[in-house]
Amino acid sequence: MVTTFSRARKQRIDALVNSGDEGSSLLQDAWARLKGSPLFWFGAVIVGLFVVLAIIGPWIAPHDPGAQLLIDQTSRARNSIAPAQNGFPLGGDTQGRDLLSRMIVGARQTLLVGIFATLIGLVGGLILGILAGAFGGWIDTLVMRIVDVMLSIPSLLLAISIGVLFTNPNLTSVIIAVSIPQIPVFARLLRGQMLAQRESDHVLAARALGVKRGPIVFRHMVPNSISPVIVQATLVVATSILDAAALSFLGLGSQDVSQPEWGQMLGEAQGSIDSHPQLAFWPAGAIIVVVLGFTLLGEALREAIDPKNRR
Amino acid sequence: MTALLQVEDLTVQFNRKGVAPFTAVDKVSFEVAPGQTVGLVGESGCGKSVTSLAIMRLLPKRGTTITGRVDFEGTDLLSLPLEGMRDRRGRDLAMIFQDPLSSLNPVVPIGIQVTEVLERHRGMKRSAAMVEARELLESVGIPDPSRRLKEYPHQLSGGMRQRALIAMALACRPRLMIADEPTTALDVTIQAQILALLKTLVVEHGTALIMITHDLGVVAGLVDQVNVLYGGRVVERADRHELFASPRHPYTHGLLASIPRLDAGPGERLTPILGSVSDNIPWTGGCAFAPRCSREIDACRQVSPVLEPLESRADHLLRCHNPVVPVGAGAATVAATLEEEPS
Amino acid sequence: MLRYTVRRLLQLVLVLFVLSLLLFIWLRSLPGGPVTALLGERATPEKREELNAVLGLDQPIIVQYFKFLGRVVQGNFGQSTGVSPGTSAVDVFITRFGATVELTVGAMIFGLALGIPLGYMAAKRRGGVLDNGYIVLSLIGIAVPVFFLAFLLKYVFAVKWGLLPPSGRQTPGIEATRVTGLFIVDGLITREWDASWDSVRHLILPWIALGTIPFAVIFRITRASVLEVQGEDFVRTAEAKGLTSKTIRNRHVLRNAMLPVITVTGLLTGLLLTGAVLTEKVFGYPGIGEALYLGFTKKDYPVIQVIILAAAAAFVIINTLVDLTYALVDPRIRAR
Repeated sequence: MVTTFSRARKQRIDALVNSGDEGSSLLQDAWARLKGSPLFWFGAVIVGLFVVLAIIGPWIAPHDPGAQLLIDQTSRARNSIAPAQNGFPLGGDTQGRDLLSRMIVGARQTLLVGIFATLIGLVGGLILGILAGAFGGWIDTLVMRIVDVMLSIPSLLLAISIGVLFTNPNLTSVIIAVSIPQIPVFARLLRGQMLAQRESDHVLAARALGVKRGPIVFRHMVPNSISPVIVQATLVVATSILDAAALSFLGLGSQDVSQPEWGQMLGEAQGSIDSHPQLAFWPAGAIIVVVLGFTLLGEALREAIDPKNRR
Repeated sequence: MTALLQVEDLTVQFNRKGVAPFTAVDKVSFEVAPGQTVGLVGESGCGKSVTSLAIMRLLPKRGTTITGRVDFEGTDLLSLPLEGMRDRRGRDLAMIFQDPLSSLNPVVPIGIQVTEVLERHRGMKRSAAMVEARELLESVGIPDPSRRLKEYPHQLSGGMRQRALIAMALACRPRLMIADEPTTALDVTIQAQILALLKTLVVEHGTALIMITHDLGVVAGLVDQVNVLYGGRVVERADRHELFASPRHPYTHGLLASIPRLDAGPGERLTPILGSVSDNIPWTGGCAFAPRCSREIDACRQVSPVLEPLESRADHLLRCHNPVVPVGAGAATVAATLEEEPS
Repeated sequence: MLRYTVRRLLQLVLVLFVLSLLLFIWLRSLPGGPVTALLGERATPEKREELNAVLGLDQPIIVQYFKFLGRVVQGNFGQSTGVSPGTSAVDVFITRFGATVELTVGAMIFGLALGIPLGYMAAKRRGGVLDNGYIVLSLIGIAVPVFFLAFLLKYVFAVKWGLLPPSGRQTPGIEATRVTGLFIVDGLITREWDASWDSVRHLILPWIALGTIPFAVIFRITRASVLEVQGEDFVRTAEAKGLTSKTIRNRHVLRNAMLPVITVTGLLTGLLLTGAVLTEKVFGYPGIGEALYLGFTKKDYPVIQVIILAAAAAFVIINTLVDLTYALVDPRIRAR
């Protein structure tokens, strides 16, 4: 009698745990909504092209981005640069290098800056969030107070303050400077998610039925927590690229010109902006398009996972 | 006697992208006489709330198709321009809803939420309206009304909030009031008080009342006539005593039988109606209740039953091919028990 | 309400403390050490010794921190080493402060004046052509870097078409009396209309450039908020009462929908300040933002210190004010 009962009970619990397709049906639902959203497709196409360009860039670039092939057409004294010509559709820059090749290869560095900055922010936030959430008590309060203070400082200002600490700014220092203000953002998001999940009704119900901790965390808590993090991460990639460009604009970016990066190119182009605005327009335009792409993607994702849209 | 409200073939259809149009209310007709209390009873999803929202023209315009006629004091409400409807709402006909907390504006004091009705429809000035508001709050049983006028919704208890909403609804002495599950969100003891209040007020002012609920206990002590809805159609209509004494539709019968009885023996099982609302079949192909009906016969899946009066009583209407046979003693006991419950 | 206010003020003090600590740590981490940072590369050995003693660099770090706090409270930040060599850093801040206030306040007004009505209209006609158009507009507002937009405006309207001045705060040669340091206000007070107008002309392009930031945010928040409030039960009750659409809009929809907008104002201050740094640089506008930029390029740490501390403090104070305003407007918060 007893074994039949407990076996039946076990079966019921397993069935419940497996119907933690609550988590995945949320994702399926979101995907269905995404497919119909023009915002999503615009963003996805732009981001997709950008990633492809970043990957194959160095192979399809017509010339070496660091080579000063057009230097003979460039003169600082007369303030002239190489115009658009055969083989160099965008002309040259102030150092006589092919603008088109620099733009193409620059995609890679720009993407790396965005991704790495976001990753560092995410991991850092994860660590802080877990620390606060797992230990609770005064550690939680302390960590969250520090997070709050960091959040109260405008992110670009914080990034600038950190950027200034480096004697020889380069791409790495820019990535670090830009990522640090994002750490408290993720920390707060993750901690909030974990708390909300712990208290949520369906987790409570699962615990009341005796479901073990493991399945609860993985079937119920994780799928529901991940979605807002993905949305935030997408948007953070966009802001990281923008902030990195701002840092370069202010002269705190990478001074190494052999590795082109769009934000850096924009910063460089400032000096000659009145006479050769195209040196600024191309990288700026590219940055705008890419940031728009990530923002559209992030916004579409946010709309898709919003439970209020479920019907 | 001319009816105060005459609903004729009211149909409400919701259209949404990607799914088939859903008919929430399907050619519903009923009447309300001046001063009469009518109940609209049914499970969630049967269309009772949508009916009342359609009467008040509170359904969103987009994605909704409404046909039929809603005759109120000689005017078809459905064909009025929105401004004309706005004039009548609050003044001639009023409505209160289920959740009193969310039905009140959280950042405006209660007093103003009452006076705004008076200012709008009776052209009163703020100071005069405040005096009247105070009296209104008192008349619905709110203690210390002067203080309450300045308070915010979150400072009042659930029962007091609903009383305040009733005061707002009756402020201009409308001829008709619609109450959509007004007590469902309240504690049981408060439920009884609010229902008693409603009854007193409508009798006092001669207001007609449409009471919408899923709870038969509520209608038992309160209404004159009951309409039972299922799947967007009226399936049974009778006056109160008749319905409880001899429910003829299997659905109505099921509802009454499913109420837990205090005098039931230990171990006696509850008798629910099997299945759920989503087990419907469309009315066009037969009877929507057929899949859940214990008295199903072949005709039920082939021919859609029509709402028609019983042979024995013209004022008891039924939409069924195979109605319940009146039992006699058993049904009367159920009815008597319900009517004894303090209301 | 009183208890809530006191609580928020205590939190404010705590946050300022932590900020000063962070600033102190940051200062000590600067390349070259604090003495070089504060005096510049070319300081004489005597000056260095002097500063060494003042900073107490041989003493335990706690003492150094308290000495630092003491200096902050006294307003002693040392002299500017790059932006305006010779003048005290605090003076640099004070002279430029008014300019940035005019810029940021104007930009905020721009954002509110455009963002709220457009956000409301977009919510009303949800899904319509206008709604989608506005959404795209605001998304572009987010994606376009402020400094690029500023540059674009300057290039088109000032350099190419010459309609408005490309830089500065005031046309040289204009007579103007100073009262508050806010040029537009000054002109109005002393009835020197042309001085006021001249200042306004210099600010139009920067206002538009900087204003896109608050516009984008306020528009989206207003739209989302109005959409949410429109579906609330109490709006349905208001409709059921037969109130006029104007009453419903003002007393029921907007009053509730504006709450998140108030909250977001605090956040916007920070964004506005950083945007100001970039905008002032492009337009050569002599405000705190430009000073910060110059400070970074010339490694003028006394000035940087003053500005960062003042900016952070302003940010925290404004956020506290926003919280208090919110509590005033939303009675439910007071109950806590």
